[in-house]
Amino acid sequence: MTPRFDKLGVVIAAIAAYAAFAAPFATFRANRIVPGQARSILEALPATSGPLLLAIVIVAALIALLRTPLVLRLAAGVVALAALALLIGVAGTFLTPAGNTFVRVSPASGFWILIFAFTLLLADVLTRFDLSPRARVGVLVVAAVAIGLLLISGRWDSLSILKEYTNRADSFWAEGAKHITLALGSLAAAVIVGLPLGILCHRVEKLRAGVLNVLNIIQTIPSIALFGLLIAPLGWIAVHVPGAAALGIRGIGTAPAFVALFLYSLLPVVANTVVGLAGVPRAANDAARGMGMTDRQRLFGVEFPLALPVILTGIRIVLVQNIGLATIAALIGGGGFGVFVFQGVGQTAMDLVLLGAVPTVALAFAAAIILDAVIEMTATRRRVETA
Amino acid sequence: MKAWLPSLLRLALVVLLVAFVTSPGWFEPLLKPLTENNAPAIYNQGSLLTLTLLHLRTVLVATIAATIVAVALAILVTRPAGAEFLPLSRSLVNIGQTFPPVAVLALAVPAVGFGEKPTLIALFLYGLLPIFENALTGLTTLPANVVEAARGAGMTGWQRLTKVELPLSAPIILGGIRLSVVISLATATIGSTVAAKTLGEVIIAGLLSNNLAFILQGGLIVAALAVLIYDGLSAIERYAARRMGREAQ
Repeated sequence: MTPRFDKLGVVIAAIAAYAAFAAPFATFRANRIVPGQARSILEALPATSGPLLLAIVIVAALIALLRTPLVLRLAAGVVALAALALLIGVAGTFLTPAGNTFVRVSPASGFWILIFAFTLLLADVLTRFDLSPRARVGVLVVAAVAIGLLLISGRWDSLSILKEYTNRADSFWAEGAKHITLALGSLAAAVIVGLPLGILCHRVEKLRAGVLNVLNIIQTIPSIALFGLLIAPLGWIAVHVPGAAALGIRGIGTAPAFVALFLYSLLPVVANTVVGLAGVPRAANDAARGMGMTDRQRLFGVEFPLALPVILTGIRIVLVQNIGLATIAALIGGGGFGVFVFQGVGQTAMDLVLLGAVPTVALAFAAAIILDAVIEMTATRRRVETA
Repeated sequence: MKAWLPSLLRLALVVLLVAFVTSPGWFEPLLKPLTENNAPAIYNQGSLLTLTLLHLRTVLVATIAATIVAVALAILVTRPAGAEFLPLSRSLVNIGQTFPPVAVLALAVPAVGFGEKPTLIALFLYGLLPIFENALTGLTTLPANVVEAARGAGMTGWQRLTKVELPLSAPIILGGIRLSVVISLATATIGSTVAAKTLGEVIIAGLLSNNLAFILQGGLIVAALAVLIYDGLSAIERYAARRMGREAQ
């Protein structure tokens, strides 16, 4: 009997083999900015845990390679990722000479590729399980709690990215709060303005093409230019409109970033509201009219609930896009995680870049999963109700 | 009378754009009021024409690479041999879209250094997703009777792909390319934060020296390019859709 191979498993096993044996596991640097030296798994880890990690990687890759039950594949992915997460911290402590505070140890390409390979395995298993929206959010929460516990436990403290964090712990949370305020605040403003505008465009056909065209053109202006262009008008308002400066409106800083994100957010919200309302079945509207509903009752009782999944899709696009774009606000003094990204690029300190990029990606990823789950839940509820 | 108005506007935009990048000096009086302390109104640390062409070249190279890879992947996962990868590739596309371009750009720097390369990588990765998604939609929503007819006519898998499936999904794939190009045109400006030669250089010079005229000219050139290319690709798309409609009859 010949063993049967899983096609994706072949890819995963090949990637994992390359990463474990040919790519460096960790990078060692005598100080923060000198070029690093590569360390393989066996060089980076103590005598027992090095071979242990290799063994775990090989077994997990074999489970991925062969056609194995889904539960076994799930376990292999989880165990491999947990071992990698724990042992990269061990490598940090092992490679740092006792008492030396200048040495920097960071995960190298091999580590990231192994993480990618086993995340791929896990993603495949979870896709095949076809989880319900609630379960997907549950998986997200479990992963977030696990990462949070690892961070609190201090097992990663010897890694360079966390040393960068320790040096900036206060500003990290302040910039993080600004980042979230920018992304969520501009989304809220876009929904407050965009929904009525979308409803208006749906009712008044003459407006529709014009409004959507203008919003489309705003989207083509590159973000850094739009951020820059808003400096002048907002600076003028701050000087000439009484009370504006007291509200925090200034030429540079958060205000132009907020307005730029708001302008970018309008198109998806308005366009999806229009599409969602246009997709409401004529029969539903006719029935509502026949029941003697007023226009307002019809809007809130029939049209809006039916269009909700499409509108939420627009909001998902906006939120994920805003979390990413808010990084650029740092260029005009608007704060956010982009501060660390651009500082890091300027100092060629990649761990500082990671300190800004990793939370941004994590936020965007979490927002996408949560909103996808919400959209699916409203869409299925609609189907049940209309059936 | 109204039918020719959009074409006339487009033509005017093309003329204006070409005039601006070839002899920006003509427009100096227009931009001068935006500057302070007698700062230069026209970008003077390089030719706007060269930067525009380099900007377009970066976007073109990244888009061509992204199109080839994305369409090849979409074909692979829609064949019986690659069907296993279909659900996973869908979730990967979903995950990939959550990576902000700035993060991709900054993270590519340690791997390939500063300059044009990290920009190309970011544009390539970011451009893949819309094209892949559309190619997948195009190839999975083909009218079943047409595919059946092709099979019944004795076409091989390769013939069906090149003569039926790809031409029929061409308009949808083009739609993905159009989205990807417009995103890339704007994203390429961010490449200048890692020293790529694009129009972002003009905008960033303006941000650093507080020169509104620089920001405006950089931003407007990119926006005009995006609008024109968007329109051009939409026209090609409509042409492709019409042709498919006629041939299918």
